Amino acid sequence: MLQSGVISDEQVEILINDVLEHHGYDFTGYSRASLKRRLSRLYSLDKHVSFAEFRYKTLNDDVYFKHFVEGVTVNVTEMFRDPSFYQLLRQKILPNLNTYPFIRIWLAGCSTGEEAYSVAILLQELNLLHKSLIYATDINPTVLEKASNGMFPLSQMKSYSENYIASGGVKDFSSYYTANYTLAKFDEELKRKMIFSTHNLVSDRSFNEFQLILCRNVLIYFDRPLQFRVLNLFDQSLENLGYLALGTKETIDFSPISSNYKKVGTEKIWRKANT
Amino acid sequence: MKKIGALVIGGSAGSLDVLLKILPEINPNLDFPIIIVVHRKQGTDSLLSDLLSHRTELKVKEADEKEKINKGYVYIAPSDYHLLIEKDYTFSLDYSEKINYSRPSIDVTFQTAADAYGEQLVCLLLSGSNADGVNGLISVKKNGGITLAQDPDSAQVTYMPEQAILRANVTDILKIEQMANYINSLNS
Repeated sequence: MLQSGVISDEQVEILINDVLEHHGYDFTGYSRASLKRRLSRLYSLDKHVSFAEFRYKTLNDDVYFKHFVEGVTVNVTEMFRDPSFYQLLRQKILPNLNTYPFIRIWLAGCSTGEEAYSVAILLQELNLLHKSLIYATDINPTVLEKASNGMFPLSQMKSYSENYIASGGVKDFSSYYTANYTLAKFDEELKRKMIFSTHNLVSDRSFNEFQLILCRNVLIYFDRPLQFRVLNLFDQSLENLGYLALGTKETIDFSPISSNYKKVGTEKIWRKANT
Repeated sequence: MKKIGALVIGGSAGSLDVLLKILPEINPNLDFPIIIVVHRKQGTDSLLSDLLSHRTELKVKEADEKEKINKGYVYIAPSDYHLLIEKDYTFSLDYSEKINYSRPSIDVTFQTAADAYGEQLVCLLLSGSNADGVNGLISVKKNGGITLAQDPDSAQVTYMPEQAILRANVTDILKIEQMANYINSLNS
């Protein structure tokens, strides 16, 4: 059973400092309550006998550190999560992008790739996939490996299929994958237009211009100043008239970029003004 | 008597009826916020806020991420996110793994509230069919807060408050009709 308070506030700050100094990962702008829970969880799951041991391994063991980053960041995701959001993408946003000869989409914080495959399915059904590129990035190389495999638990397919239908999908969802023991392997065609790469929203810069940026349920883990910085990064990476999509409980309201954006419908999608 | 920083109420199956009964009797000039975490189906958020806001003069709203927590409000945890409380008395949301098959998990809110409010925290666990919230109560007690459980005899589903009484050594056990008075008496 998960216990809180295994890791103290002071220990959280020690680890944040260590990780910044020795590994160059900057967690200083992460919301502390969540970060503390993740660290306590990791400490318990990995059965460390002392904080000193936890700290030592995090500092010195590069293999363990990969596991640390995966454990500290939240990698829970779904296909077609929030069907009404995907419905808006399908009916309005993606068809609008059809006017471009080439469509560039950035999925920031893509985790294990469920959203990337969802977007690729929409693009394919709208006959846009051939001229699209999905840049799927995450801070965490381990999840990107999983994402590029395109295999998800077969046990999830019933719920994903329901989400897909609720978002306006009319095909047989199982036509997109082949069952392989406990895994569903998704059609290679979907993957051909995806580029997986590590990108740290905290420390890395803009690397291209996009017509659509999706970053859902990532900003909730950041404090306000970091949220604003990342929104600025998105703003710099978005073409005029491009779209920015956030998670259901996230907003650009009150941020420095909000004056240049207009909300589209009732979902958390904003369109950049033509300046 | 000590000043109360926040009251957090957790519940699952059978807890909505209790909330509907006690909210109208709660002093609208309460000088601490109420935060409610109940298990429920996804996508029923506005429904619950509407339902509760008709029962009280306190302002009822869903908790927004990074929102400052203020007295005079009843905050509801949004469905399908964990609701965390930061040391600066703001909310954070978290979409991590379910805890006790639940998101929002009552344990998560109780535990982070215990960290933030310490002995100024009061937590009440209502009717429900699993033990989510019990570990949270243990943390609250350890940090000097007040822990309360619904009297299982008055609960539609007894397991949750029973587990609280069995394992968390709660400060008080309350029947539904005692709850509003108890809460009002915490006002300083």
